[in-house]
This record gives sequence, C-alpha cells and structure tokens, in this order.
Amino acid sequence: MTSAPEITARPSTADAAVPTRGRRPGLYREISRGAYAVIAVCGMVVLLLAWWAYAKFGNTNPLFLPTPDRVARRFVDYAGGDLLTDAAASFNRVTIGFLLSSAMAVPLGLLVGTVRPAEAAIEPTMGFIRYMPAVAFVPLTIIWIGVGEEQKWLVIWIGTFFTQVLMVMDNVKRVRRELVDVGYTLGLSDVSVLWRIVVPAASPAIWDTLRITLGWAWTWLVLAEVVAADDGLGHRVTLAQRYLQTDTIFVALIVIGLIGLVMDQAMKVLGRRLFRWAERGNA
Amino acid sequence: MSADKLVVRNLSKEFRVGRESVLAVDDVSFSIAENEFVSVVGPSGCGKSTLLTVAAGLGDPTGGSILVDGEVIRGPGRDRGVVFQSYSLFPWLTVRANIEFALRGEKIGRVERRLRALEQLDVVGLGNFADAYPSQLSGGMRQRVAIARALSYRPSVLLMDEPFGALDALNRRTMQELLTKVWEDHRLTVLFITHDIDEAVFLSDRVLVMSARPGRIVQDVPIRLERPRRVEMQTSEEFLELKQHLLKSVTSTDPALAAGGRR
Repeated sequence: MTSAPEITARPSTADAAVPTRGRRPGLYREISRGAYAVIAVCGMVVLLLAWWAYAKFGNTNPLFLPTPDRVARRFVDYAGGDLLTDAAASFNRVTIGFLLSSAMAVPLGLLVGTVRPAEAAIEPTMGFIRYMPAVAFVPLTIIWIGVGEEQKWLVIWIGTFFTQVLMVMDNVKRVRRELVDVGYTLGLSDVSVLWRIVVPAASPAIWDTLRITLGWAWTWLVLAEVVAADDGLGHRVTLAQRYLQTDTIFVALIVIGLIGLVMDQAMKVLGRRLFRWAERGNA
Repeated sequence: MSADKLVVRNLSKEFRVGRESVLAVDDVSFSIAENEFVSVVGPSGCGKSTLLTVAAGLGDPTGGSILVDGEVIRGPGRDRGVVFQSYSLFPWLTVRANIEFALRGEKIGRVERRLRALEQLDVVGLGNFADAYPSQLSGGMRQRVAIARALSYRPSVLLMDEPFGALDALNRRTMQELLTKVWEDHRLTVLFITHDIDEAVFLSDRVLVMSARPGRIVQDVPIRLERPRRVEMQTSEEFLELKQHLLKSVTSTDPALAAGGRR
C-alpha cells in the first residue's frame, strides 16, 4: 500500500522562540500535486529553452539543429499534409504486430509459468533468442517475406514476443501459492485453477507487462519503417534524411513520442479501471 | 468415542536444504476420532505445518501416510476444508463471491448458492460485509471469511494451519471464542496447528506436543474442560495446570528454549 499523504502542522509563530532539535529527513519526502506539476512544467521549459538557445546562439548549422519554432512551423505544415496518413499507417502496424505477439505470448507464458516441463522445454530457448538483437533480423525478414505489411508485423513480433513470454511467465509465477492451494482444496481441476485463479490473480501484472512491451513494439516498428516502407512515421524520418530536412525528423520523433505516451496513459487508466481490486493492495 | 476419522501412520517428511536433508517429521503416528478437535503445538520449525500440508493433500510424505475414513490421501479434496494462516481470499472477488466460489462444486442453483453464502457469513458475524472486498476488511475479519468459506461446503474434516497466527492478541481471543462456538454448534473433525498453548488448550479435546528437528509427537494430553468453553475458564486452576504442564513439555523439546529461552 502506498502511504497516505500526511498533514503536518506548520510551526506557529508562537513557537518561533523555542529552540528546535533534530534534522528533518529529506529523502522520499512527499510534495503536493501542485508543486509536482509546476516542477514538471519547468523541466520541460528548461529543455526547450536550452534547445532554442543552442540552436540560435550556439553557432550551429540550422541544417543540423533546427530551432523549436521552425520545428513547430514544420509540424503545422506536416499536420496539414501527410501526418495523419503516416501516423495511421504506423499505428495500424504497431497494433496488429503487438496484438499478434500478445495473443501468442500470454497463453504461452501462462503455460510456461505453471507447468514445469513446459518451462524446461521453452524457457531456455526463449531466454537465448531474446538476446539476439531484433535489429539484425530486419534484413532476414526482408529476404524471407519482402517489404510488405507482414514484414513490419514480423519485426515487431520478433522484438516483442520472446520477452513477453518470459515476462508473463514471471507474472504467473508470482501468483500467491496460497490462492492456488485454496483452489485445489476446493476440488478444482488443474485447468479450473489455471483459468479461475491463476489468470485473474496474475492479470494486473500481465496487463502491466503488455503496457511496457507496447512501448517497445513502437521502437521496433520505427526501426522496420526506417529500413523499408512506403509510408509511416519511420519512413518519414528516412525520407527527411534524404533531403536533409532535420526539422521534419524532429517532428516525426516528437509525434512518435506523443502517440506512445498517449497509448501508455490510456492503458494505465484502463488497467486501473479493470483491476480496481489490485489498486487497494493485496489481501 | 466413535471410529477414527483421521489416522496418521508412521508419517515422515524429509526436506533437502542444499546438500543436507532435514527430517521435518519423523515417524509420527496418531489418530483423531470423528468430531474430535485436536491441536498440535510445538516450537516454530517443528514440522507441524508439514503435517497439515500432507493431510490437505498439498504435499507428499517421504514415508508413511495419512488416512481419512480409511482411505490414503493422494491429493486435495472437498472432504477436507483448509484454513490457511493468511492471504487465502481471492482479492478480486467480494466476500460473498469468495464463498460462492467454494460452493460452485455443489449441485445447487445460483439463488441457493447465494443464500448459503449469506447464511454462512451470518454464522461468523459478517452478514453486513457480504459486498465488501477482502482488502477492505481487517485481518481478523478476513480469517472469519476464510473459516466461513471452509465450512460452507460442509467438509467432514477441517484443517487449520495457525489460522490466528497473524492476528493481534485481542482479535485472536475473539476468533477463538467464535471458533469454539461454531464448532460446538456444528461439530466436525478438526486438526488445528498452532504455537499458542492457551489457544490449543482453550479450543481442543486433545493437545499433541511436537518436538523440533526431528519432528516427533512427544505428548498426547486430553483436555477435559467442560463445554461449552467460556473465556473465564482461562483463569481456572484446571486450565492453568494444563497450560503449565504443556508449556513445560514444549520447552523441554527445544534445547534452546530449555537453556533459558535465549536464541
């Protein structure tokens, strides 16, 4: 459980004359929501200012580092042009590739996490493949199935699937044994225990795994698009590189970041709604 | 007394710790009569919980066996209800749904299932908390739900593994009173594991004392306090004598305790 925000009394002026003793601990100290928001905005503004100042006065070639306002103008141009088509193409690829991977990884992870022989058969292999860089698979995927949509899905799948299986396996292993034992003492079969106890008990953690790996799926998508595609945000980056349009590259990067952020937050909110019981801590 | 309900026959259990093997339970034999309440007390790590795990069918013995109604236990089953120390409620289900979950194995309709769940909650005094989630309850209330759930499908044997071990002293006393009352009203065979001697004496018909490493039954003490049991009995001479006697025998099983209680 997270600690409740504490309410502390301000030292009153009447006490000002009384000497104090002891140093207040500074680490892990809570701050108000408002203070947090202000600091967060300041952080972003500082980054933006530093970028702007360096681009303006840093004696850099604007071809390499465009100013924020140029990027903003380019964003408006792009938004009026191909942005939506590119974003939609990328979004569709990520969604399909990610769903394909998840739909295979979750059931497999459930199996590997609960059945030891299955773990022995699959886990070491997965652990090995996981360390093969997905980047290096891109040329292979092109040789195998060309540069169509399927190849993008395959790259995303290769980048996400193996790690997803291992993470879901771990989620499943962390289910409290007491809950599983209760199921068996109630006379449930293996399948019923898996379906009626392991799945609900592990679902908040599995949801988190999906949320985290969705972020990675984006990375693999952009990679696939940078290498070979006719549209999409990653393709836009490659295209812009060819014409030295660094501002467009910046716009594409920011849009990718924003879409990722929105999807992540959406999954967070949805997860909180779906698994309200888990928010309240473990009983 | 009627026929033996639960028989432990030459039970032993070895655990492997690194390269060494530890004998947690060493050739333990005893039996529990039908509708008898038997407690096993002993220092922590004496293998008393292992005993219960085997009886529940959740662990295999290294040697010997446990029989219920003359049949050797191979695995868990609905004839034996189990109450664990803690964390045994499904946090995604309400209190009522937790009990209904246990009743799914019965051949009854949804309405009846619901009625029986509510009825069972009334028995443990939680009728008003049917729609709460486990995380909204105190530790004591959660254990009441766990007991209600284990009783709901009417097993003939109830196995309890330090069910009040995680509760504070006040809550524990309330729960002991509740359990005695429920047991005296409903009568079933109980194997109760605890390290609390007061608790064992107050609840049981018989108390078995188990020694640590190797785990053996060193004493079998009948408790002939009259029923219904009341809290006031805990200060009676008879109670205190039994307690003294058991305390001495538990302490003598543990060399560290016998040497002056220092570890």
